[in-house]
Amino acid sequence: MNETATAPSPGRAAGLSTGKPIIEMDKVNKWFGALHVLRDITLSIAEGERVVICGPSGSGKSTLIRCINRLESHQEGRIIVDGTELTDDLRSLDTIRRDVGMVFQSFNLFPHLTILENCTLAPIWVRKMPKAEAEALAMRFLERVRIPEQAKKYPGQLSGGQQQRVAIARSLCMRPRVMLFDEPTSALDPEMIKEVLDTMIGLAESGMTMICVTHEMGFARQVADRVVFMDRGEVVESGTPDRMFGAPETDRLKMFLSQILRGH
Amino acid sequence: MSVTSSDPRIAGARAAPKRGIRFSWSDPLFRAIIWQIVIVGIVVGIGWYLVHNTMQNLAARRIATGFDFLDRVAGIPIGESMIAYDSSVHTYGRALVIGVLNTLQVSVVGIILATIIGTLVGIGRLSSNWLLARLTAFYVEVIRDIPLLLQLLFWYTMLQGLPPPRQAWSIGDTAFLSNRGIKLPLLEWQTAYGFALLGLAAGIAATIWWSRRASRVQEQTGVRPSVWPVAIGGMVVLPLAIWALFGAPLVLDIPALRGFNFQGGGTISPEFSALLIGLVTYTAGFIAEIVRSGIQAVPNGQWEAARALGLRHGVILRQIILPQALRVIIPPMTSQYLNLTKNSSLAVAIGFQDIVSIANTTLNQTGQAIEVIAIIMAVYLTISLSISLFMNWYNARIALVER
Repeated sequence: MNETATAPSPGRAAGLSTGKPIIEMDKVNKWFGALHVLRDITLSIAEGERVVICGPSGSGKSTLIRCINRLESHQEGRIIVDGTELTDDLRSLDTIRRDVGMVFQSFNLFPHLTILENCTLAPIWVRKMPKAEAEALAMRFLERVRIPEQAKKYPGQLSGGQQQRVAIARSLCMRPRVMLFDEPTSALDPEMIKEVLDTMIGLAESGMTMICVTHEMGFARQVADRVVFMDRGEVVESGTPDRMFGAPETDRLKMFLSQILRGH
Repeated sequence: MSVTSSDPRIAGARAAPKRGIRFSWSDPLFRAIIWQIVIVGIVVGIGWYLVHNTMQNLAARRIATGFDFLDRVAGIPIGESMIAYDSSVHTYGRALVIGVLNTLQVSVVGIILATIIGTLVGIGRLSSNWLLARLTAFYVEVIRDIPLLLQLLFWYTMLQGLPPPRQAWSIGDTAFLSNRGIKLPLLEWQTAYGFALLGLAAGIAATIWWSRRASRVQEQTGVRPSVWPVAIGGMVVLPLAIWALFGAPLVLDIPALRGFNFQGGGTISPEFSALLIGLVTYTAGFIAEIVRSGIQAVPNGQWEAARALGLRHGVILRQIILPQALRVIIPPMTSQYLNLTKNSSLAVAIGFQDIVSIANTTLNQTGQAIEVIAIIMAVYLTISLSISLFMNWYNARIALVER
């Protein structure tokens, strides 16, 4: 079996990303107890690049992006985000989390705060922004995700799709330079997936650096500069969406694609 | 995008049809009403029987009913009292009031201490520090599994085992710990203290005002001015300065050994101490579990989302975790407060004169069983309902709006 991973050199697969790398991972290893969940991950993501990470469940893709804002810590190797290396140092952690936004599968909105308060909390407490200014900023992003009229409601009063769009707006209010998406549409009913994907496509078109863990292959084809396929903690193959889906090189990717297509 | 004001489900719709009642056993509504009538009838019947039976029996035994006995001289010796009491002068009414005050005293102090200790232990059990987590877990498991009465007897025996006054353990010859309780020096009142207290009140007011102002400034500029300099200045420095201005008068009534016991100073009796320690350590074990489950009831995703936004640990706790945990914590916490208050009636076992203890003596001396039991019930009902009302009000204030 030929399973040699085609580790991409920075910017090669992306083609159109001209910027310098904003995220660099060098031989990153991570274990959960005896489980080796990330194996020698080397990955470089350029500013403005849109990367989709896919792979079977348990392949380590969520763990990978959670390492980028250090919700999980790695045990070996180096991760450098926007020039700052991720260590246990709290100051470097603060800097990185300000600049890296994250959207979760289960939205994780704060249920005791209104939509508007969800969006203004971090700008007020982290960016030390005056309340009025933070609210104006939040309304701007709520308009961008097309739910400004829900600002005074509580998360429990919104549909899943609306909640996820609020979660995206909440992240954007911190003006991040990178956005991480951890299976943002997996918990949604089919008719709500599209509204969230449309919001993400709009965000991609605005030039945001995005890393998405998702099974939405249509989305990957439409916006991704590069698709990274992971299996059993390794990056097995990566390349442009057309190349990856049209001419997969490794057997593992071929098998994964056939399963995905059968499922749909 | 739907606009709620012109919701077609309300605006254009016809009203739901009104449901009539059929006078038939097969109609659930009719059946429900009949059942309610039957149950109310049974309850009223039992109540009438009990009252009627009691009155007949009392008349047969020629026992006078009524609360006249409250005005008679009690003659009950009372060890500790918050108000003046002389057993040869004062009435049963006054003795019972003292009992209520003693119950309230141990309950209020107990609730405050149990909440603080329980919260610390509950948080400790969640700590990543192995030793702290195990120690607190051990504490909770042991304290919850031993009957409270046994624990009270244990603490009382321990305190009785302290040395007698002549060999009392002392702290700098001003405070003493012996089998007669804790003896503390008392401050003798000076006019300067009154002015210092006024200064303290002004300091508290200034701190509240400044912290409100800090919130307003934060809203406008984003930066929150520090509150602690004003708090220390107003609540510590100002009262001390006023006191010093009056020449810093300090007269202490220090307890001193005269013969076989101490004279002067203030006393915390062994009975009160044992009851307080027992109630606090016991209830704190339950409160610790409530606090732990409350914090754990907040999903981990809330921590992760807050961390991902770059919020600091303290802000996450105050703004996100605690408000959600409190909603889970408050209702069972109310139950624990009620339990502590009612458990204080076990005071009778170690000779602390709470309402049950004094009422019990009153009952034995006067024979007015029904009236005395009614008084005890009324006292606990009033205290419990007050706690419940306050906690329900607080719960409603922090309740989550979901829909």
